[in-house]
Amino acid sequence: MAEVNEAVKERSMVIQKEMLAELFTELSTAKEKGRKVVYTFVPGNLTELILALDMLPVYPEINALQSGMRKKSASYIKDAEKMGFSEDVCTYVKCDIGMMLNGNIGPTGEKLPDPDLLLLSYTGCFTFMKWFENLEKLYPGVEIAMLHTPYQEDGRITEDQITYMVKQLEEEVIPKLEKVAGKKLDRARLAKMLENSSKAEDLWVKVLHSAKTVPSPIDSYFAGVYYMGPLFTAFRGTERALEYYQELHDEIMERQAKGLLPITPEGEMKEERFRLLVEGPPNWTNFREFWKIFYDMGAVIVASTYTKVGGVYDQGFRHDPDNPIESLARYCMGCYTNLSLPQRVDLLEHYIKEYKVDGFLINSIKSCNSFSAGQLLMMREIEKRCGIPVGFIESDLVDPRYFSYANIKNRLESYFQMLAQRKSILAQQPTEQA
Amino acid sequence: MTGIKQPPARLAEILRTCEQLAFDLEFTHAKAWRKAADDRLLVGYLPIYVPREVIHAANGLPVGIMGVGDHKRIIKGDAYYQSYICHLPRGIIEMALDSNLEDFDGFLFPAICDCVRNLSGMFKLAQKGKFTRYFDYPQNFKEHIGGTFFRELIETVESDMFKLNGVKVTPERLNHSIGLYNRNRSMIEAIYDIRQEFPWRLSAVDTYYILRAGLVMPVEEHNAILEEVLELIGLDHGEAMDNIRVVVTGSFCEQPPIGMLKSMEMAGCYIVDDDLMLGSRWTQGDVDDTTDDPLGAIVTAFLEKSPSSSAVYDVGNPKGARLVDLVRHRHADGVIFCAASFCDPALLDRPELQKACDAAGIVHINFQFHENTGQFKVIKEQAGTFSDSIKLWV
Ligand code: SF4
Ligand code: SF4
Repeated sequence: MAEVNEAVKERSMVIQKEMLAELFTELSTAKEKGRKVVYTFVPGNLTELILALDMLPVYPEINALQSGMRKKSASYIKDAEKMGFSEDVCTYVKCDIGMMLNGNIGPTGEKLPDPDLLLLSYTGCFTFMKWFENLEKLYPGVEIAMLHTPYQEDGRITEDQITYMVKQLEEEVIPKLEKVAGKKLDRARLAKMLENSSKAEDLWVKVLHSAKTVPSPIDSYFAGVYYMGPLFTAFRGTERALEYYQELHDEIMERQAKGLLPITPEGEMKEERFRLLVEGPPNWTNFREFWKIFYDMGAVIVASTYTKVGGVYDQGFRHDPDNPIESLARYCMGCYTNLSLPQRVDLLEHYIKEYKVDGFLINSIKSCNSFSAGQLLMMREIEKRCGIPVGFIESDLVDPRYFSYANIKNRLESYFQMLAQRKSILAQQPTEQA
Repeated sequence: MTGIKQPPARLAEILRTCEQLAFDLEFTHAKAWRKAADDRLLVGYLPIYVPREVIHAANGLPVGIMGVGDHKRIIKGDAYYQSYICHLPRGIIEMALDSNLEDFDGFLFPAICDCVRNLSGMFKLAQKGKFTRYFDYPQNFKEHIGGTFFRELIETVESDMFKLNGVKVTPERLNHSIGLYNRNRSMIEAIYDIRQEFPWRLSAVDTYYILRAGLVMPVEEHNAILEEVLELIGLDHGEAMDNIRVVVTGSFCEQPPIGMLKSMEMAGCYIVDDDLMLGSRWTQGDVDDTTDDPLGAIVTAFLEKSPSSSAVYDVGNPKGARLVDLVRHRHADGVIFCAASFCDPALLDRPELQKACDAAGIVHINFQFHENTGQFKVIKEQAGTFSDSIKLWV
């Protein structure tokens, strides 16, 4: 999903790079070839449905994060603000609208095709609805399909919610997709894709679980965002994604067997000093700098919640070819930001235990109320329940005005000091007792 | 002052009571009502909309919790929220951590944004109330899809309440409650209609006190107040000023400080419509109170008669056109966009609403606020300039 690491290229990275290049080439020629284009969101996406109808998905959030990484977001955001969007609102929306105002040039430098359909499935974030309401007006006459995903307010998915979702999918979303695609959904093909999804999900979970070993062979956050790309976006359900995850899985199992540490843009880490759990998305405008602060200090993120926005697969969910529509409904409702706050805290606690975490860190994102509102209480709860050092930094996804390198570095350095002190105290304890 | 008919003394008295009730953050009146009988319930709800009729029919008092404004110092609340999150939830958490919300039996958090959604989880984590529900009303408006889901949602809340007081919401009870709330809304609209013609008879701030007081008392009592107010503002009093007429929009959740509304009025703007107390005016027209299935009637009314709101998916029924209609209907001269800082729903809707106004030749101005903003000089100056510029052209 993001730029491929230049320094060390594993085969899986090469595959992902090729996949992305192919997708953007297909997108750039979509209109000539008569392929229909669907804009949709990452959390709770219905990629298999789109692909099974031979349409091409575009994810505005991914465009926004790519713009952030390519240092284009600042000017896009300003252009959206000139158009009347407040400084205060989600910068993903402004970055996307700014990109559109500037000709919708995608990450490869080619123009992205206009949407034939806006597929608004707004899982875990109310702003998604506002975002596509705006796009619907900015692309006059575009078709739009809406899937309202109920929140797991009671800490579970209820039968009523499933029925509501399935009805929406069967009676509104799929007919609209079929109308735009100009063909009927081939249910057998959908089932086959969901089977592929499920297999890729198994492999992805094994990759995530590899971080339970000490030392961890992967960084589950900074590298995790690359690893999750194919599954969370345009490729879930494809043979190609399966090939990617098989390769990734094999590489990581090999690293694990050899006791190797995570790969970073500057090569392999030499030491794992701290094992962290991170809550919240990363910053994209200064992604490399941000990551470097961690690996320079020997801090490995062994688990993160951001890598669950496109599905909490490690807690058991799989797409189900035998029950396709219901499993899509369950998938949408199960994504991380659609979990209630108590569920989120429970999950964090579980990760802290399962992954032998030394410290819990929140990267609070100015743009994103869905993640951020309530994080300070979550932090207190974790401190209370787990007794590990908690840290808190603030940045933004794609607005560079809210990334203060010096500030974040200072805070993280103090935090790492605290972790180091605690580690040395813990290390002394058995000796003292003896 | 000769020649100007003075407002009736009784009106001033009512307004004093309403102002006091509206900002009594201890909810004394509501709590006293609750204490009078064991099977009564207090159900707090956040902006914007919940079907209050159902709570009433379950022998509950729906109490609107609209934030603390500038009436309570935030000490603990700020430690729960980052600087870039709106003010409303920090005041509400402050109240929850203090004694303000004690004696409430349950809380409903209508689906308006992720702050409110996550606040519902914070209440759960902090174990506030005997039940807490995120009220996720449907964004699908088909009767058998969104309607069925909404019905089930309401039934869940009914069962939450039934577990506490054993009161069954029968069709008779619910029809009766619907009738009371129909009357309540129709009188509120009648007040707005009179104010449209004679805005000087009841200021926007006074109207606000009256409506907000209605959130903390039984609907029967509020109806009695509204009846009196209607009668009193039907009498000729006061004097027309050379003011412009504006619609204020964007303040449906976190409420602007009273000083801000006063500044707008003092700067020469008659606020002839607004979305401040949108939940009290939610259903546009009556809900059928004569059927065997009154719950069905509430559901249908939600699907078909909800107002324009940032909380409701607007494709097929665009908010811009609805705002323009409202401005025309109220013969307003302009629009004041007035949203809480960091309010994604209001602020993300604003550009499209402004575009619709521009296309219709409706002038507008834009303010942002926190519920505890204390300085209004700039707002007064800008609203004054806005008003003057309109007067020049009208
Ligand atoms: S609020 Fe958060 S989840 Fe929602 S669109 Fe913005 S960044 Fe994404
Ligand atoms: S003021 Fe806006 S952002 Fe804040 S809680 Fe209300 S709707 Fe949400």
